[in-house]
Amino acid sequence: MAEGAGALIAAPLVPAFLGSFGGAIDFIFNQRESVQAGGQIGGLGQIWDLASTQIAISVVALLLATAIALPIGLWLGHRGVGEFLAVAVGNAGRAIPELALIALMVAFIGTGNLNVTIAVTILGIPPILTNAFVGVRQVDRGVVDAARGMGMSELAIIARVELPLAIPTIMGGVRTAMVNIIATSTIGSLAGVKTLGDLILGPALYGDEGVIAGAIVVALLALTFELILAGLQRLLTPRGLVLQRAAARASA
Amino acid sequence: MLGFVLPLLAQVQIREAGSGATTCEGKNDAFCPGFVIDNINDYVSPFLEHIVLVLASVLAGFVVAMVLAIVSHGRRWLIPVFIGTTGVLYTIPSIALFLLLLPITGRGTVTALIALSLYNLQIIYRNANAGLANVPDAAKDAGRGMGMTDRQLLWQVEIPLAVPEIIAGIRIATVSTVAIATLAIFAGAGGLGEILYNEGIQRDVFKTNIVFGSVLAVALAISFDGLLVLAQRFIAPWRKVRAL
Repeated sequence: MAEGAGALIAAPLVPAFLGSFGGAIDFIFNQRESVQAGGQIGGLGQIWDLASTQIAISVVALLLATAIALPIGLWLGHRGVGEFLAVAVGNAGRAIPELALIALMVAFIGTGNLNVTIAVTILGIPPILTNAFVGVRQVDRGVVDAARGMGMSELAIIARVELPLAIPTIMGGVRTAMVNIIATSTIGSLAGVKTLGDLILGPALYGDEGVIAGAIVVALLALTFELILAGLQRLLTPRGLVLQRAAARASA
Repeated sequence: MLGFVLPLLAQVQIREAGSGATTCEGKNDAFCPGFVIDNINDYVSPFLEHIVLVLASVLAGFVVAMVLAIVSHGRRWLIPVFIGTTGVLYTIPSIALFLLLLPITGRGTVTALIALSLYNLQIIYRNANAGLANVPDAAKDAGRGMGMTDRQLLWQVEIPLAVPEIIAGIRIATVSTVAIATLAIFAGAGGLGEILYNEGIQRDVFKTNIVFGSVLAVALAISFDGLLVLAQRFIAPWRKVRAL
């Protein structure tokens, strides 16, 4: 193992029993010579390059998917129409393999950041749309009638009654969407975008330790986003809803 | 090791395929039905491997999920523990999970099966748990009134009434797994990923195989879903639960 000249920080002491995991952790922190192809690989610099591209694509895709799917889901749910559409979109979203979507895109549309972002967005839409629909349908109709009786407009009912009460379900959909998005942006590296998938899918260049390093960082990235979105869900959930659920649990 | 050699072999074949630039597959402009018909035998084993990956991992996930659901049913404090643990596993992208298992189980079908089973476990456990929780109190009271023990109540009242939710969970798990299992190729297992990746993207982006591999995957998901809807009508004809 060559101690890379560009090592950003010293490697932590890696216990021997970790085996390949130890090598992978070393790969993350220290640059090294590529045994297979020559040149410098690994190290925090490269990991950050790959991770930051993936984070950018994933965040843009999640925002786009939410901007497209949430209004449609809320509106369909509010009107109580299009249940078939909401269910079918949700099922189709699960049935489309991300590898097939990326492969079809490479074959017929093209590669690059824009195309991958679009493909990734497509896989983020179904869970948000379906969950927004279901979340709104689950809102007590009596509450909606009360809001209407108070003179609220239909848009105000959606924005100030149904949306807040459906937040837990909607955020469940957003979290599932982000799981899909991170997974798909990883294999976006097959479509010419330098994400962490470049490490995972490149054993010939990075060796097994690089592959495992990529897998570790992708897993950490996914867990970090999950924690952030779970925190966001807590912030957005109306206090009344939290109290109501706590009371229901206490009496059960 | 085979995982490294196979893509190289595919590269060798392309040159031959590319030499006939007058044929449909040589031009590689669009989907070539003729190529699929001529080589239909080459698609059989990846397709069967894919079916095995899906069935084995759904079955394993189902068995473990039911054991966990029954264990946590009597000990309610375990439910958040199980949901939290399986939820964390579910968050990790499948492709990362496959390769995180690499140092432990090596390249091959076992690694793919473990990762896929863990996803199925999460989905089915959640649904089984919800199904058991949604059994009406009146049904349980009636069972108790008839003198049933806790065990009889579980097996003769609660589990049968939870069947629609459990099958809904199996449907979601099966359809998702058909899609995710295409990535098993990167864990060194076969399946339809072989057609999409080794024989598709790696073979100078061979459009025919990419289209046909995608069609096979979606058709398989739809067929499994249809079979499970039928099974649901047969096993639990009294109630319909939509898989959302």
